[in-house]
Amino acid sequence: MSMTITEKILAKAAGKESVTAGELVDACIDVVMCHDVTTPPAISMLVEKGLDKVFDKDKIVVTPDHFQPAKDVKSAELHRRLDLWARRHEITHYYKVGRAGVCHALLPEQGHIRPGEVIVGGDSHTCTYGAFAAFSTGVGSTDLAAAIATGKLWFKIPASVKLVLNGSLGPGVYSKDVILAIIARIGTDGALYEAMEFVGPALSEMTMEARMTMTNMAIEAGAKNGIIAFDDTTKQYLDEHLPVSLRGAKSRRAGKAISSTGTSEIAAPAGGGLAMTGGYTVYESDADAEYAKVEEFDCSALEPMVALPHLPSGGVPIGECAGGQMDQAYIGSCTNGRIEDLRIAAKILKGKEVAVRTIVVPATPTIWKQAKDEGLFDIFYDAGCVISAPTCGACLGGFMGVLAEGEKCVSTTNRNFVGRMGSPKSEVYLASPATAAASAVEGKLTDPRKYL
Amino acid sequence: MAKAHVYNRDHINTDEIIPARYLNTDDEQELARHCLEDLDEGFVDKVSEGDVIVGGEDFGCGSSREHAVWAIRGAKVQTVIAKTFARIFYRNAINCGFYLIEAPEALDHINDGDEVEINYEAGYVKNKTTGAEVKFKPLPDFAVEIINDGGLLEHIVKGTTD
Ligand code: SF4
Repeated sequence: MSMTITEKILAKAAGKESVTAGELVDACIDVVMCHDVTTPPAISMLVEKGLDKVFDKDKIVVTPDHFQPAKDVKSAELHRRLDLWARRHEITHYYKVGRAGVCHALLPEQGHIRPGEVIVGGDSHTCTYGAFAAFSTGVGSTDLAAAIATGKLWFKIPASVKLVLNGSLGPGVYSKDVILAIIARIGTDGALYEAMEFVGPALSEMTMEARMTMTNMAIEAGAKNGIIAFDDTTKQYLDEHLPVSLRGAKSRRAGKAISSTGTSEIAAPAGGGLAMTGGYTVYESDADAEYAKVEEFDCSALEPMVALPHLPSGGVPIGECAGGQMDQAYIGSCTNGRIEDLRIAAKILKGKEVAVRTIVVPATPTIWKQAKDEGLFDIFYDAGCVISAPTCGACLGGFMGVLAEGEKCVSTTNRNFVGRMGSPKSEVYLASPATAAASAVEGKLTDPRKYL
Repeated sequence: MAKAHVYNRDHINTDEIIPARYLNTDDEQELARHCLEDLDEGFVDKVSEGDVIVGGEDFGCGSSREHAVWAIRGAKVQTVIAKTFARIFYRNAINCGFYLIEAPEALDHINDGDEVEINYEAGYVKNKTTGAEVKFKPLPDFAVEIINDGGLLEHIVKGTTD
């Protein structure tokens, strides 16, 4: 029976030959991601129900990120609960402050994400990891608790939507612009409960960092997961980031360029869960797999996009909104706080001065150090930006750049809901790091192409 | 008596239901004090035990914070009736034993302040103010089973000790 990549991964995790959209399955989880907001309540629930155990201390990855370093007494208490629990259960992969970073940037970077796996996390943007040909989805605290204790969760197999990215991105246009354009077209519930499968030539040209920006925002279209097939770019990233013992792909297509619409079937190994046994399995959608919808996008025609308040679907080309006055620019988050993003911003900020307060937040300690070593910090400093420690910070209105009533912020984050970055009377404009940097220089929404 | 608090809008999101500035706690009573704060500041003062919230499409979109369900439950709201729900919010509610009602026509027949009565088994909401009846499809069996057990963890505990 023909299946999509999402169906194949979930079938394997459920120990089944095949599955179809709508079917309910119990799936084995390969990695559980835990952070400081949703995990402490999950721990309390487990203790209360007499289920205080972890299914596998090697498969749980813990990093405080939302309010770290602690922003106040209450968040310090959340961190303390997380810390005591992680130490009590001797969680192998526990990133304490100093090594902790924004979860969705940290896990791939530290080699915790592998193709073919099922990953859940107590955070809606857990869908980011789908960029690695894995099934990955966000859950709440109760699901998280169940996953921590049992290593299993119930899933309804999602129908898939195919997003074909044709053409090739012009200068100054990035994957962030593509995903903002997609969500502007299909809406914030355009893929409700579904899997968003990205394919096409424009995608092949994107780095893993750029791909993660797109899968990161699948949830902003209501999707259960975003997913991208394995190719040479994926392999190269994994070769650079996975521990040596886990590098080989257990697929006869490994190491070869695989067209993202290719037809190869790759057999699932018996017994499912490969994690920590070395290698990973590569799955691909069958050519005749069923899709609920197919949407084509011409990336060559795309302009830099800005999502106007207060929905991520409010995307318009920069030409329609340029000139709008801003009070702040924010460059960071799990969407665009990676080294590639900081390089793009730095290139535009080099030798200039920002006109509004500009906050740069490298997403992980490694990115922070890389940016420092590459001299990007000097550029940001000279331009008048403030550079923060890795944290979610103001992305969710936590701290480190919260907005006052009436203020407007151009931000590389993923949500511009009412009150998202502070006062319910503030406004957030979502854009790429290039657009945010160019807008920082002029103090108003600005087309980054004039600074290339 | 269950009063309906109607918000005739789509995409009411988790940041409006419980803003992130309150996520430094998971205390349900404290969360309840800020329920719907960025959508309707006066909500917590007018809601009474057993009342219902009525919304449009994609209710609960955004973050995976179960705090959104806890804030609503903590405010003693009986259920949320919406045209459709966002995925994680829907799943979270079931997992914490909180029944949600998906009723595409609810907004056409329920006005803010109307008295309603819900028959969960038969699958309809009766508007006692106007006499109108809105049908809904009861939740799937497995979800009802989880809710009846008191939530997913209780369901798991029961499954392992039965
Ligand atoms: S950076 Fe923002 S969107 Fe990403 S995990 Fe943190 S709070 Fe969520």
